Amino acid sequence: MFSNFDFDVIARSLSYLFYDGMTFTLTLTVLATIGGIVFGTLLALMRLSAFAPISLAAAGYVNLMRSVPLVLMIFWFYFLVPYIGQWITGAPRPIEVGAFVSSLVTFTLFEAAYFCEIMRAGIQSIPRGQIAAAQALGMTYPQTMGYIVLPQAFRNMVPVLLTQTIVLFQDTSLVYVLSITDFLGAASKVAQRDGRLVEMYLFAALVYFVISLAASRGVRRLQARTAIIR
Amino acid sequence: MITINEVSKWYGATQVLNRCSTAVDKGEVVVVCGPSGSGKSTLIKCVNGLEPFQQGTITVDGISVGDRKTDLPKLRARIGMVFQHFELFPHLTVMRNLELAQIKVLGRSKRESAERGMLLLGRVGLREHAQKYPGELSGGQQQRVAIARALAMDPIAMLFDEPTSALDPEMINEVLDVMVALAKDGMTMMVVTHEMGFARKVARRIVFMDRGEIVEDAPAAEFFGKPRSERAQVFLSKILQH
Repeated sequence: MFSNFDFDVIARSLSYLFYDGMTFTLTLTVLATIGGIVFGTLLALMRLSAFAPISLAAAGYVNLMRSVPLVLMIFWFYFLVPYIGQWITGAPRPIEVGAFVSSLVTFTLFEAAYFCEIMRAGIQSIPRGQIAAAQALGMTYPQTMGYIVLPQAFRNMVPVLLTQTIVLFQDTSLVYVLSITDFLGAASKVAQRDGRLVEMYLFAALVYFVISLAASRGVRRLQARTAIIR
Repeated sequence: MITINEVSKWYGATQVLNRCSTAVDKGEVVVVCGPSGSGKSTLIKCVNGLEPFQQGTITVDGISVGDRKTDLPKLRARIGMVFQHFELFPHLTVMRNLELAQIKVLGRSKRESAERGMLLLGRVGLREHAQKYPGELSGGQQQRVAIARALAMDPIAMLFDEPTSALDPEMINEVLDVMVALAKDGMTMMVVTHEMGFARKVARRIVFMDRGEIVEDAPAAEFFGKPRSERAQVFLSKILQH
């Protein structure tokens, strides 16, 4: 049944698919993960604050992000970021940031909401006695969090954080709405150009599948190794 | 050294401490005992401000704990505390557990902290375990590390919150031995414990609590000889039976 298909198109476009496409996808995944975890951890600390305005603000942000479709956010930010840039810097006209920066900002802000919930669970999993012990030694709140609570919370949550990163890796394909050449975008462009839609989309699906599967296997192995002995 | 004056505390509408007053002089060992839920752990946690209290005053070395202007972290750094469940930091080695607060809170150098840590680890007999993680040690060893960690800060007083309650019976003595040695060295200590043998041996005074009140505050010999209050008598007869 594959006699009408031409799988050579894949071999011919490999360098474009991976060098241009996958590089973008992975760069976006890695940077958005780092940014998302940093901002998400900050949000988690805010959500756990005893000061109601701070925790409410963080909770509102998280709930907002989690109830808006990601595609909409990507679109939205693409048109909005230039104006925000203009507003911050006071430039006379909207600042062109390009599709990459705009999608990086979007993914960081969006994923932070999810990483926030993961880190919040991680922080709450640390026994209260640990905080008491750190305080009893004279540590301030930032020291208690920085040296005692967050390192343990982070380590407990590494498997979940990485699983979320795999989801993020797949979600980056949504930047196709901005006609960006990520991996799916590259495959899509070749598919349209050569009229080989089935071949290219099959191949793209296979690549996403293999990478995600390998990554989640890796996470499971890591899980066993990072556990803290109690 | 530690003065507790008319301290009351509520959790919502429930009163857990009712006008508690006592004091621990420099070099004195005071044991706080009483039935569970009597507020003794809560009281000792008020001393270094881990638990807030609504009424009364507590001063440590002349500094008021409840005062909003007091720099609590700075004050806590001078008071050692040992917990029922050890609370060593499981993600750090024994040595890092001993060094961390010395470096980050007292601003000591890495070398000085390591030396001080090693010295105290030697004192509790655990020198060879310096590079292990807390999870690799027995409960008794962990609690000795916790005592060494508190001592590394050169505290002016030590608070013990049921330090042997979570230990298997065969490990209780190794911890008590360290505490007895500490008492003999003249450390100011406030100890919440059910270990009456320890209390008899080293305590100068016994504070007996029940239902959030200090029912009796007496010299150890007097307390064990003939407690004045009926509640203390009942408690002692229960705890000394076995």
